[in-house]
Amino acid sequence: MSEIAQLQPGPRMRHGSNIGQPLTRSEGRLKVTGGATYAADNHPDGLLHAVIVPASIARGRVVSLDVAAAKAHPGVVEVMTPENRPPLAMDPYEKSNPLMFRMNLLKDDTVRYAGEPIAVVVAETLEAAKEGAILLAPRYEAERPEVTLDGDVFKPQAVGPGMPAEATKGDVEAALASAAKRVEATYETPPQYHNAMEPHAVVARFDGDKLQLDMPTQGLAMSRMRIAGLFGLKPENIHIRSPFLGGGFGSKGSVSSPEALGILAAKLTGRPVKLVLAREEMFGSVGHRGQTRQTIKLGLDETGALTAFDHLTRAATSRFDDFVEPASGVGQALYKVPALHTSHEAVRIDTGTPSFMRAPGEASGSIAFESAIDEAAFAAGMDPLAFRLKNYADVEPISDKPFSSKALKECYREGAERFGWQDRPLEPRQMRDGSGRLLGWGMGTAIFPALMFQGNARAVIRRDGSGVMEAGGHDMGQGAWTALAQIAADGLGLPMEALEFRSGTSDLPDAGVAGGSTHTATAGNAIYSAGAAVIEKLTALAVGDERSPLFGAGNVGVIARDGRLIRQDDEGVGESYADILERADLDEIEGSGQGAGDPSAQEAYAMYAHGAVFAEVAVDPDLGQMRVNRLVGAFAAGRVINPRMVESQYLGGMIWGLSFALHEKAVHDRRSGRIMNANFGEYHVPVNADLQGMEAILVAEDDPHVNPLGIKGVGEIGITGTGAAIANAVWHATGIRVRRFPIGLADLLG
Amino acid sequence: MNRFDYIRPKNVAEAVAAASEPGSAYLAAGTNLLDLMKGGVSRPERLVDVTHLPGLDRIETLADGAMRIGALVKNSELAYDEAFSARFPAVAEALLSGASAQLRNAATVGGNLLQRTRCAYFYDTASACNKRAPGSGCDAIGGENHGHAVLGWSEHCIATHPSDFCVPLTALGAIVKIEGKDGRRDVPITDFYLLPGDTPDRENVLSPGEMIVGVRLPAEAAGFAANQRYLKVRERTSYAFAVVSAAAALRIEDGTIAEARLALGGVAARPWRAIEAEAALAGAPASRASFEKAAEAAFADARPSGDNAYKIALGKRIVTRALAMAASGTPEVMPALPASPFAPLSEGVIHV
Amino acid sequence: MNLTISLTINGEPRSIDLDDPRVTLLDLLRERLHLTGTKKGCDRGQCGACTILVDGQRINSCLALAVSHDGADIRTIEGLAENGQLHPVQEAFIAHDGFQCGYCTPGQIMSAVGLIAEGHAGDDPERVRELMSGNLCRCGAYRGITEAVLEAEAKLSERDRSAAA
Repeated sequence: MSEIAQLQPGPRMRHGSNIGQPLTRSEGRLKVTGGATYAADNHPDGLLHAVIVPASIARGRVVSLDVAAAKAHPGVVEVMTPENRPPLAMDPYEKSNPLMFRMNLLKDDTVRYAGEPIAVVVAETLEAAKEGAILLAPRYEAERPEVTLDGDVFKPQAVGPGMPAEATKGDVEAALASAAKRVEATYETPPQYHNAMEPHAVVARFDGDKLQLDMPTQGLAMSRMRIAGLFGLKPENIHIRSPFLGGGFGSKGSVSSPEALGILAAKLTGRPVKLVLAREEMFGSVGHRGQTRQTIKLGLDETGALTAFDHLTRAATSRFDDFVEPASGVGQALYKVPALHTSHEAVRIDTGTPSFMRAPGEASGSIAFESAIDEAAFAAGMDPLAFRLKNYADVEPISDKPFSSKALKECYREGAERFGWQDRPLEPRQMRDGSGRLLGWGMGTAIFPALMFQGNARAVIRRDGSGVMEAGGHDMGQGAWTALAQIAADGLGLPMEALEFRSGTSDLPDAGVAGGSTHTATAGNAIYSAGAAVIEKLTALAVGDERSPLFGAGNVGVIARDGRLIRQDDEGVGESYADILERADLDEIEGSGQGAGDPSAQEAYAMYAHGAVFAEVAVDPDLGQMRVNRLVGAFAAGRVINPRMVESQYLGGMIWGLSFALHEKAVHDRRSGRIMNANFGEYHVPVNADLQGMEAILVAEDDPHVNPLGIKGVGEIGITGTGAAIANAVWHATGIRVRRFPIGLADLLG
Repeated sequence: MNRFDYIRPKNVAEAVAAASEPGSAYLAAGTNLLDLMKGGVSRPERLVDVTHLPGLDRIETLADGAMRIGALVKNSELAYDEAFSARFPAVAEALLSGASAQLRNAATVGGNLLQRTRCAYFYDTASACNKRAPGSGCDAIGGENHGHAVLGWSEHCIATHPSDFCVPLTALGAIVKIEGKDGRRDVPITDFYLLPGDTPDRENVLSPGEMIVGVRLPAEAAGFAANQRYLKVRERTSYAFAVVSAAAALRIEDGTIAEARLALGGVAARPWRAIEAEAALAGAPASRASFEKAAEAAFADARPSGDNAYKIALGKRIVTRALAMAASGTPEVMPALPASPFAPLSEGVIHV
Repeated sequence: MNLTISLTINGEPRSIDLDDPRVTLLDLLRERLHLTGTKKGCDRGQCGACTILVDGQRINSCLALAVSHDGADIRTIEGLAENGQLHPVQEAFIAHDGFQCGYCTPGQIMSAVGLIAEGHAGDDPERVRELMSGNLCRCGAYRGITEAVLEAEAKLSERDRSAAA
């Protein structure tokens, strides 16, 4: 290994000209010309259109379907119900790990939530399929559903993806009892639905025992395994193409009912089937962020130092499966505190099972916890930033481990400077704009763990000197195709133009799930090490061959750059990859690599990305309408592969934070359990005019421990901190503390 | 969406004849009707496409200064018509605060007048709704009714009319021009819409087959051009229906209100003309005290239909604000955020 | 019922037989003509992903019946670049990273082209934001979108000025 010094990772690692460059998106031209092919854009010959029939009750059973009426509609080919649904190789209700979600898949006539698919109508045209679904006119036996958090409470075994439900350090009760000041408050967060702009879609076609799928997925390998299990197919006989996802945000990680039903419809009809969800169907069977009620108690001493906190989350899960929003965990790593207790309880309600939605746990937990911190700062008579600096954690509070890196102080400083935070009055309702509207400034600390999954990649250098990198990764808008290709080019010592980057299909090495803000770190490290493996072989070929100008350079090492190996101690001496392979008479040379967390580093260090978000909100003092005037976020997340993409991830995350604070909320009718605003007209997400001045500052941070490339994730952290910064700004503007999100204008009418 | 017969008549008479058949519906741009048909809320057996009818796409200034607007004029076309927006700036402002640029480019004047409520229970075909299925009941009562009516509702229906455009039209006394089997008639917009009573499915005075062919704004309505505004409070900055809105128009002579016009949106099954408030303002000084008194008068009969008492308090404040904004003068240029509380405000309009 | 309509799509006149009057312009483009650049995000006029130009005006193609648009001139994202040369709006969207997942992008771009032609925004970012609010972007690329529209508009008006000179 010593010959290839440039592959030794670490702070002194010499990167080529690609990593760190703000390249525009490699698929940009395709996306602006309509040439990027999303799943629903495929039209294999003989295609049929399928639609699901969503249940309009939340609990009970289907007693009749007018299949004859639906089938009589011109163009309707088939109606799939529990009567004729093809058999599956396994019970879709079986669950062997927390990433596997239970599905009914027309197993029986039970209805477990409003929107659950109870039939599938397949037709020659989309128009016929949709009308067929209406003509089915289901009748039900309905039971009264529960859709609130007021039902029977139980203690979950685990929260999120199998995390402990409870954690304790020190004697919280005693510390709270003896605190000079205490803050106790309860916050509520609503059900939210991912609503990627691209609805879930599948185009499925069987060819004997082979299955071809066009389907957006954040987890090619995981989806393939799930489908293989359900349908009794060999994984290698399933080919999934997911070259572009029209957004995922966690909802396209696991296979959900509609995709599986689309495949079943193809099986039943023996023809290719396209099934695309309607927008209203995105509020049911494809996961959501479950509602929470969080009670937070904070204790302070006379100086404003935190002495203890207790964070209890009550979260909703479904009647038939378990996913408890792990919201209480967020405080475990935020502030120096000698005693803490975090715990969860859950209530079963009649909705689809909650799941991972952008920053699961952190988003809901952060808006509550960082609001409570703001309340504590005010109780202590301190500026919210000064309060956070006073309670700055130099080691992870829950574990006392050092952080692998933590440039949060720099985030605070750079963000506060850019925002102009120093002029903030302590008391609320002190600032006005030129028209007399109330202005408020608020802040929040952002945090997200720096996780790693496992991923693989395969690299090739071809005889013409060009390279190929294969990694079954996923681009749902993060910029993976660009950033991963930048890493690949540097790993192979090639200019971007000489690299063919292959990704987005299931026949490539599994580069890991795009979730948990891990993808660049996991796939990136796999790619880099695959590149290293190839370069190592190429180097061995060169330095061991006396015909090579690099012969004997082994001990001093060579550098791979611009398609050449060159001597590290004399950059004038080198040889092109093409020449090396030509002489060796090899068509290509390949290598593979893996990216994964280092257990010993993870044992030794606490690993997180951090940030600080500052918000200015204007509130009409009479009418309560709010507008966010400015948002400044400063984030430190290790090495930045592509600052343009990273900035966009932060800005997008911050808009999600704004949405959490002021907009998003699914509204259930308590009697029927149906969501009454299952559309983009009334389930509000921010529009362009909701945003004005927005800035994301990329704070430099060097992390020698987190992984060889020093990458932390950037996809989710932007939501954290932002929601509370806005909520705190609303309080600072009005003096009204709203603890039920989203904050609505009716809350501010006084 | 059900299959339907598609008919493209050549003139209004043919259209009226075709649409007089039971089960017919007029299709203009379809921005509301297709939405309803896709949801199964509306299932007409035949669509009478009026989009190609001649003569209904004109904006005309009549000899007396009144303006006549054809039913097929697009919302955006009207809003950006200079002659129109100079005379009726609050109408233009209301149009530009509604929906999105794309929808405004498609949606017609006639269609806007006939748009259906956004009540979620009307849209949700599994819910009881007397408007959609007469006699089935009203699930909005006792349900999620944060946005429902506070004026003019009945125990059979608490839905609101969602239009922005119709609110200043109502304030300014627009006339709806109608053609049917029995000829033409003009109906003041204040008489055009029906309150729900015990027949919430009957939303307006149109008889089967009758179509709106245009809207006339009388000449005297242009007398308010110098002092009129539309103000719309909503849950996001743009592309949202009104929580509550108000159109206020004043004729001010020497600091005294000679005549006032006021209408409210988002509060009732029809755009709500606040006659008592107008009376309270006539002859009063253009002052905050007068505006607040008018606001009280406007909501004197209001009562919550559910979880929406806040709309009464909010509505009063919107009226006060809209009147203050109108009194401070119509802006010279259309604000970048039309009708928004975040559009520029004259000094002193915000009081608290 | 069989209906034949004529449309000009991206400059090309086409005669289209419709076997079903229910087909929207959006579904006609996507499912029958396989012009899939135009996207379906909500099918109800609430997201703008399906924005196209009809007779030069941006509209939601999901709420437009094809049969009612007999004779219309239609421009979609596929018809925006000329001879392989990207339209200034397309170039600006790439330069300003005015998209992430790309799904709303064809609608955003067609909306921006329509907005610039309408000429009501000028160089005022607030007007651009308001007039682009009919196009939802769930990824949150709004800042880049606004910057891209402003830049493309400036470039196009510069081009118009030089053409006039």
